[in-house]
Amino acid sequence: MRFGFNFMLGAFLTALVILAGILAPWLAPFHPVLDADLMNSELPPDATFWFGTDAQGRDVYTRILFGAQISLTVGIVSQVINSIIGITLGMTAGYWGGWWDDLVNGLTNVMLAIPSLIFALAVMAVLGPGLPSLLIALGLTNWSWTCRIARSSTLSLKSQGYVQAAQTLGYGDLRIMFTQILPNMMGPILVMATLGMGSAVLSEAALSFLGLGIQPPFPSWGSMLTDARQLIQLAPWVAIFPGLAIFLSVLGFNLLGDGLRDSLDPHMRTRNP
Amino acid sequence: MTAPLLQVDDLHVRFPISGSGMFGTGRRTLYAVNGISFDLVKGECLSIVGESGCGKSTTALAILGLQEPTDGAIRYHGQPFSGPGGPGRMERAKAVQMVFQDPYSSLNPRQSVRTSLAAPLRLHGITAASEIADRIEAMMTDVGLTPEQASRYPHEFSGGQRQRIGIARALILEPEIVVLDEPVSALDVSIRAQIINLLLDLQEKRGLSYLMISHDLSVVEHMSDRVLVMFRGQMVEEGGWRQIFETPVHPYTRRLIAAIPDPDIATKQTETLERFADMPMPGGRDFASDGSKAPDVFVAPSPSELVEIAPDHRVRLALA
Amino acid sequence: MTDPLLHVDGLTLGVSLGSSVRPILRDVSFQIMPGETYGLVGESGSGKSVTSLAVMGLVKRPLRISDGKILFKGQNLLALPKREMRRLRGNRIAMIFQEPMTALNPLSTVGRQIAEMFVLHQNKSWGEAEKLAVDALASVQVPNPGERARNYPHQMSGGLRQRVMIAMALACNPDLLIADEPTTALDVTVQAEVLRLIKELCAERGTAVLFISHDLGVIASVCQRVGVMYAGCLVEENETQALFRNPRHDYTKGLLGALPRLGSRSRHGRQRLVDIDSIIADRSTLTDTRFIAPRAADGGQP
Repeated sequence: MRFGFNFMLGAFLTALVILAGILAPWLAPFHPVLDADLMNSELPPDATFWFGTDAQGRDVYTRILFGAQISLTVGIVSQVINSIIGITLGMTAGYWGGWWDDLVNGLTNVMLAIPSLIFALAVMAVLGPGLPSLLIALGLTNWSWTCRIARSSTLSLKSQGYVQAAQTLGYGDLRIMFTQILPNMMGPILVMATLGMGSAVLSEAALSFLGLGIQPPFPSWGSMLTDARQLIQLAPWVAIFPGLAIFLSVLGFNLLGDGLRDSLDPHMRTRNP
Repeated sequence: MTAPLLQVDDLHVRFPISGSGMFGTGRRTLYAVNGISFDLVKGECLSIVGESGCGKSTTALAILGLQEPTDGAIRYHGQPFSGPGGPGRMERAKAVQMVFQDPYSSLNPRQSVRTSLAAPLRLHGITAASEIADRIEAMMTDVGLTPEQASRYPHEFSGGQRQRIGIARALILEPEIVVLDEPVSALDVSIRAQIINLLLDLQEKRGLSYLMISHDLSVVEHMSDRVLVMFRGQMVEEGGWRQIFETPVHPYTRRLIAAIPDPDIATKQTETLERFADMPMPGGRDFASDGSKAPDVFVAPSPSELVEIAPDHRVRLALA
Repeated sequence: MTDPLLHVDGLTLGVSLGSSVRPILRDVSFQIMPGETYGLVGESGSGKSVTSLAVMGLVKRPLRISDGKILFKGQNLLALPKREMRRLRGNRIAMIFQEPMTALNPLSTVGRQIAEMFVLHQNKSWGEAEKLAVDALASVQVPNPGERARNYPHQMSGGLRQRVMIAMALACNPDLLIADEPTTALDVTVQAEVLRLIKELCAERGTAVLFISHDLGVIASVCQRVGVMYAGCLVEENETQALFRNPRHDYTKGLLGALPRLGSRSRHGRQRLVDIDSIIADRSTLTDTRFIAPRAADGGQP
């Protein structure tokens, strides 16, 4: 497999976010919540506070590192939930067909018709704010594309000889789905999940910005932006760095997803067997 | 006479085609297979021949249990083999297996040959690692590959080798009946001969019964003991290979044989074809092979009957 | 003596893989006389289709012709400017393909597609061209040509579509028709009729045919002379009857022996088919020898 420049850049940015999240307790010079010191509030970036400090005098750099944990958790967990729902519904709908297929299709179309952020907002309104309900809300919103891809892949894979062969060899339906169909459609699903991680990070930021996501004082890039609203004139660094973090991580996930799609696409692979 | 291994009695398969109108108005029925009957005896090769869309593949799928018959009975060793009293997938798998036409799509690209061959064994209760290894080794040798090649993946093999793997997978559970769906038509001429030879060797060695689906009459003549000719969902002629190829009776059978491009009869072909071209078709169905008169498979076939004109040689004739 | 219509002379072609070049065709030479039907037979990867693409001037990167000439009526096609070649294509040299569905435009009626040939190559008006298109459909024995001309390709069966392709190809009375596996996707009885049609129409109009197929039976029933290709080389060439009765190259012998022949079981009982690998120990030496029989008109057997 050959990887292009975009893929490498995406992988680099994604790795940066992952490392920042994992190593945050060791890399951060301060505590993200407890090291608030009003004497140090709204300081511009300098040698001690690399990205400056916010209104409560907390180190922005520290909070961005810990914010990466939140973003990653949201991105990964919500996509795992999305993929499980999407694959389960899509694969069974494509494989069994009939009324179940009609039902899943209808549900998918309804989900696609509702703007995902509005749907997430509604779920959050019911469950209340906080990380667990944020994960559930985002996990329930974006499975429709995964579901469609899973369904259409299943439909085309179902007619492959090896799936028919598995049927004649006495395999059960579930075994066929998991051993014959699922492994062969993981490529596009993985691409969808990677791209979905970018949009999940954005949604988390948006929901936190609206005050429905991660609650202060815990650091999330979205809630940091909320706090920065009043300070954008006085202390632009409080808004710039979380914004940059969101931008770079979403860019990273999207480039990674695009690169994966290109390298998993058999047409791109024919030139280097 | 040997009792037949598989009996197919008056098999019908019809597909409802949903209409374009609201509330399903304009629903039609596609008459895919209409009243097919035949016996398959142990150790013989029965071929079903006909052109695309004649219902030969649907018949095979019904026998494999992948298509529920609308009507009629399939019996295996005298026991029901379809419908509610039929066997489950597991029992069926030990009785009938299939070799597919396309060696490229019939193997899972993400599984090594060993995995493809071991999984059905485990599924059917053979779990001892040493026995699985022994059987895979023996199987690989039987189909003309080396045991070491089992650890490779499908894309590492040529078309002919893949078809050998497809045959190995079909035989690993030691079924009595193997359905061959156009087993060589996707292969190059020189590879074709190797696979045909292999299939005939395996048949003799293991006493297999073949049910072959094919449109290639030269291959059918070479391999078959009995031949069943299908046309638009009906069987039009059935007989021993000699009867079908030396004394074909039904005009469609004759037309099919005359149309085979063969180096030896190339010069005679045009005359033979012309001689049969104007003969009326059975069962009142009009026929033009260029498709200018589309086959009306949405109408139940008009009454006709199979007449035994010689021992084991049956021909369909229209009822006046 | 007449000059050949098409003279492929020492055609050598390769695919560039980075810095190295893998040969696809090696020194392929053959001639087709006006009105003659010449068959190229070989297995997949033998180079028979690439040869036809080269004649059509459709060789694209990474394929590259490194040597040889393709003389059509004495004119070297490889040296011809692109515009001239385009004028020749469809007009003097026409082609039909294996899958007519992909070669026909799905968004246009077949009548219009045939008419376009007349407009493009014979400067006819559209009105006139559409009348000619109906005649062309009638000439390939399509029933109700006037009605069929208004059909779209998807409304037709495979056999009818192939007839439409033939009508398009022969619209401008080309000197050479290239048929690349034209009947492989068709049922046998339809195949027999399409082959008969190609044979009759080309004989009637004096069109020469380069017929490419993997099916020895099809080649035998259509062609006057046959070239056998293996691994990019023309290994044997002879009159059709002579080639099938008396193959001289090991590869040809292997191919013919590998073919189940209709009627041979009745006459000789079931005989084991020849495994080509058992008579040819080393495939790499196959292309060292070539058996090219001079044509009968040139003076007897070698």
